Amino acid sequence: MEIIIPKSEILNLKSAIRSFRLATWLGWQIESNWTDPFLFAVYSIVKPLASALILVVMYSIITQNDFASPLFPYMYLGNAFYIYVGAVMVGVSWAVIDDREHYKTLKYIYVAPVEIPFYLIGRGVARFITGSVAVFITITAGVLFLRVPFDFAAINAPLFIVSLLIGVIMLAMIGLILAGITLQIAQHVGFIGEAVAGALYLFSGAIFPLDVLPEFLRPIGYAMPITYWLELLRRSLVGSVANAFPTLANFSDAQLLAILIALTIVFALIAIFVFRYCDRRARERGLIDRTSNY
Amino acid sequence: MQREKSWMFFDLLLPLLPIAAYVFVYRAMRAPEEYVGFVVFGGAMTAFWLNVLWAMSSQLYWEKEQGNLALYIMSPASMMAILFGMAMGGLFATSLRAFIILIVGSFLFSVQYAVVSFPQLLLVFLLAMTALYGMGMMLASLFLLLSREAWHLSNLAQEPIYLLSGFYFPIKSLNFWVAAFSSLIPLTLGLDAMRQLAFPSGAKLGFLSVEIEIAVLIALSVIFLAAARVLLAYMEKLAIREGRLTESRR
Repeated sequence: MEIIIPKSEILNLKSAIRSFRLATWLGWQIESNWTDPFLFAVYSIVKPLASALILVVMYSIITQNDFASPLFPYMYLGNAFYIYVGAVMVGVSWAVIDDREHYKTLKYIYVAPVEIPFYLIGRGVARFITGSVAVFITITAGVLFLRVPFDFAAINAPLFIVSLLIGVIMLAMIGLILAGITLQIAQHVGFIGEAVAGALYLFSGAIFPLDVLPEFLRPIGYAMPITYWLELLRRSLVGSVANAFPTLANFSDAQLLAILIALTIVFALIAIFVFRYCDRRARERGLIDRTSNY
Repeated sequence: MQREKSWMFFDLLLPLLPIAAYVFVYRAMRAPEEYVGFVVFGGAMTAFWLNVLWAMSSQLYWEKEQGNLALYIMSPASMMAILFGMAMGGLFATSLRAFIILIVGSFLFSVQYAVVSFPQLLLVFLLAMTALYGMGMMLASLFLLLSREAWHLSNLAQEPIYLLSGFYFPIKSLNFWVAAFSSLIPLTLGLDAMRQLAFPSGAKLGFLSVEIEIAVLIALSVIFLAAARVLLAYMEKLAIREGRLTESRR
């Protein structure tokens, strides 16, 4: 049976790809061209490294430099990969604030032949690139200087790549939900991304096992895809971490991957509905060009 | 005071999230409970650093972006007086915020205090704030010349300062020279002295004695306020000469 795709759909796909590509380029220019490449590289690296070092110092004080404990790679790798959460999720939603409040160009983008969700996701790509560099340097520093137990022969590369890709899509979808909510609010919108990223840092077991949380808070962590995503990334790089903590030890890699995929689909569906609703409401109420000068 | 109600939620919730995360990290490591207190105390003090960074240092940049800076310069008020007023307002509002975070954090995580001397504690706090906001005024003069990079530099000066100033751990744990260098940031010694005065094992984990830290804080207060006065006058002239007061490079 021949499948006929309506012409308008093909055009939308082309438009979506073009929107994504141009937004990626624009995002990169905005993120990087405010200074020279050297200072930009320093800026991209120092912040995440300092964040990792806070944990390292805390850990070394209490454990007297016992870097062999499985808690250390758990914490260090979780914190390193959490850089993506701030980069991708917050990056996508921040594009709304940047374009509406700062550059005051969001209304022009809306009247241009652009697919807005793909444009916003594209704007997050630049931060994904700088985030990837920061993740790489943080992990390399951990391996070289802090004895994060990395056995290159034991790395499960396919699991790592698949988990990373699904995770980035999942983060972009959560970012789109936040972007929709951001469209509705004039002030304090910068706090929304930060608050969600901060809450997920606490509840997703990024830097400590979920068992440490009070029992009534743990279900929040279990409902978040980031919990499974971080666990999969840790397992793919340092398999021994998986069995050290009881939280997710009963799940196999395949089970965790299935949960991550299922939750990503759920969040993608929520993102589509939430963004469509928020986008229509913002257009109806004249929120696209509302600025607070704050 | 008339306040936007949703601000209260974000003002209090945001600092509590990292505080809670670091508290649970210490609990995962089975650290002594005093470290939980250190985190709550340090977490509350981040409010002051963020205020100085975003509302003092960057203030003239924001004003320039919104087109108000030239009006400030034209007015017969001195820049130092304007910034001093901003500092007072910011200090008052941030003190309320930090105090509530401290109370809520202490309640949530059952922090135990054993204050040695309330007058000394108050003195250290006031000296640390004088030096810190003096530093904020000094940085404001440097930010006067910046454009887009001001936002990025403020953003950059968060986590590295949390690390160097020991917001979540005793500064003594760092190398002596690193700690000594970090002491140029007034919150480093302010935090260290306040922890020594407020926690049972604070003195054991202190970097220098409280008396020396008070003396250094007095010196920093004088230096930063004097430097702010000189630099503000110089930078204002430089910005006028180079035509930077009204530029907007978004």
